[in-house]
Amino acid sequence: MNVPAIDIQGVRKAFRRREREAGVPFWKRATAKDKVALHELDLQVEAGGITGVLGPNGSGKSTLIRILGTLLTPDSGTARVFGSDVVTEALQVRRHVNRVSVEAAFFKELSPWENMVYAARLYGYGGVRSRVVEILEGLGLPNDVIDQPMKQLSRGQQQKVAIARSFLTAPSLLLMDEPTTGLDPRSKKEVQDALEKLRAEREITVLLCTHDMDEAAALCERVLMMDGGRVLADGSPDELCRRHGGGTLEDVFMRLTGKALVAEELEEVAK
Amino acid sequence: MTVSVRRTEVGALLGFAERQMYVYKRYWVWEVVWLFYSIVSVLSIGFLASGLGALGAGGGRFDLRKAQLYLLVGALLWGYLSLVFMEAAYAIAWERWEGTIEYTFMAPVRRVTHLMGICLFAVVYGLARTFIVLVVAIAIFDVDFSHANLGGTLIVLAASTVPLIGLAILTSVLPLLSPQKGEQMSFAVQGFMLLVSGVYYPLSVLPAPLLLAGAISPLTYALSGMRRSLLEGAGMGDQLPTVAILLGMGAVLIPLGILVFSWAERRAKRLGLLKRSG
Repeated sequence: MNVPAIDIQGVRKAFRRREREAGVPFWKRATAKDKVALHELDLQVEAGGITGVLGPNGSGKSTLIRILGTLLTPDSGTARVFGSDVVTEALQVRRHVNRVSVEAAFFKELSPWENMVYAARLYGYGGVRSRVVEILEGLGLPNDVIDQPMKQLSRGQQQKVAIARSFLTAPSLLLMDEPTTGLDPRSKKEVQDALEKLRAEREITVLLCTHDMDEAAALCERVLMMDGGRVLADGSPDELCRRHGGGTLEDVFMRLTGKALVAEELEEVAK
Repeated sequence: MTVSVRRTEVGALLGFAERQMYVYKRYWVWEVVWLFYSIVSVLSIGFLASGLGALGAGGGRFDLRKAQLYLLVGALLWGYLSLVFMEAAYAIAWERWEGTIEYTFMAPVRRVTHLMGICLFAVVYGLARTFIVLVVAIAIFDVDFSHANLGGTLIVLAASTVPLIGLAILTSVLPLLSPQKGEQMSFAVQGFMLLVSGVYYPLSVLPAPLLLAGAISPLTYALSGMRRSLLEGAGMGDQLPTVAILLGMGAVLIPLGILVFSWAERRAKRLGLLKRSG
């Protein structure tokens, strides 16, 4: 029997925030309030393919990614990655997982080469320069950027280095947290092409969190729509559109939530 | 631990040290500034002793030469020990500044490997920087280390690094507990160690409560041991009790530091603090 890439049973996560009400003296402790990010989530993802997670800001997408990346512990329930528990077998989970997040997490003063050799050492691979050059070239990065500080690269180039870094460490599960958010159309297309290439070349499971319905429709075999920490719909893009009255994924999302994903995103940017 | 896992951990340990080296290479201008600051600090302490003479503190009962050596040794060692301490203590704060904390904590390496990798670089870097400051201090003050015992000095220096690493790991927990205030708290810890460890004065001048704190600070034993070897020529044999105390403190502080760090990491994961913005 194949072990699922992701197996989540009843995972709940809430964050406690302290809010000071007007008029309360400064020496008194602010009132604690729980904000639930995930409500008893159940999810199974088989190995292989790209599964999209769609939802506005605050829908629980990033919390899900961070739990699977062992950066957060669930309050209740269990989450397993290739059979290993994210809390009790975190080290084992980390051997399977890599992540590309909305902001490329790099030492900005270091070059792509230095960042990648660091990643390679952490994941037990040698820092072979020819391999790094080959991967970066394969993603369309010009040869002369490899020794430039990351801060001098465009955001699109930085995201490509992030993807290249995940290629280098050969994860079985790649967690992509809005990898194309904020990119110009050309960079977005290049990152999406890189993801297609990764899927074609490797036995890899990708969990792609995105706001972008077109991106999800183009890249994902399966899509989960989330809002308020709950999964509202789950299926292939075609299936979801068929099941929920036709149109695009955007239409389906609006029908299910009464919200426009793009409008929410614009509001967030405006803040 | 299998051979391949052990090899991965050793590779990662060197990877952390190598990463720090790359970072310092890129920030080399800042390192020149910090080196300048270290030299200026040590020279100021040396001139302080000379100044005491000019102010008439000599008077036959007060050995200015000895005082100058005493202060210079204190300043040099404090420079080394505080640098190693802060480098390791800033392991987490640094990751947060750079925005790489999540990436590093997701890497498949044991936390002890992570922290030891940072400490490894800190020790090598601290030694190199202190050596340069020492050379400048010797040239300017014509310091006489003819009575120094190199073996005794080195054995105490090596042993003092062990509990220091434990203390630094304990302090590196602070930014995990409080992303906003943790870094500043590291400075407070460092300042307190400076106060109670006899860096610039004998512990006997301290009031009783601070004397007690000094007695449990590993830096106290490191400094007095180093002074005995550098100024009075105490050899390796003479230093064995000091070495035993320092290693004993290290044997408690390092596992304690790792345990506390593990607890703080679990807490940060529960509360969602393990992210770049805190």
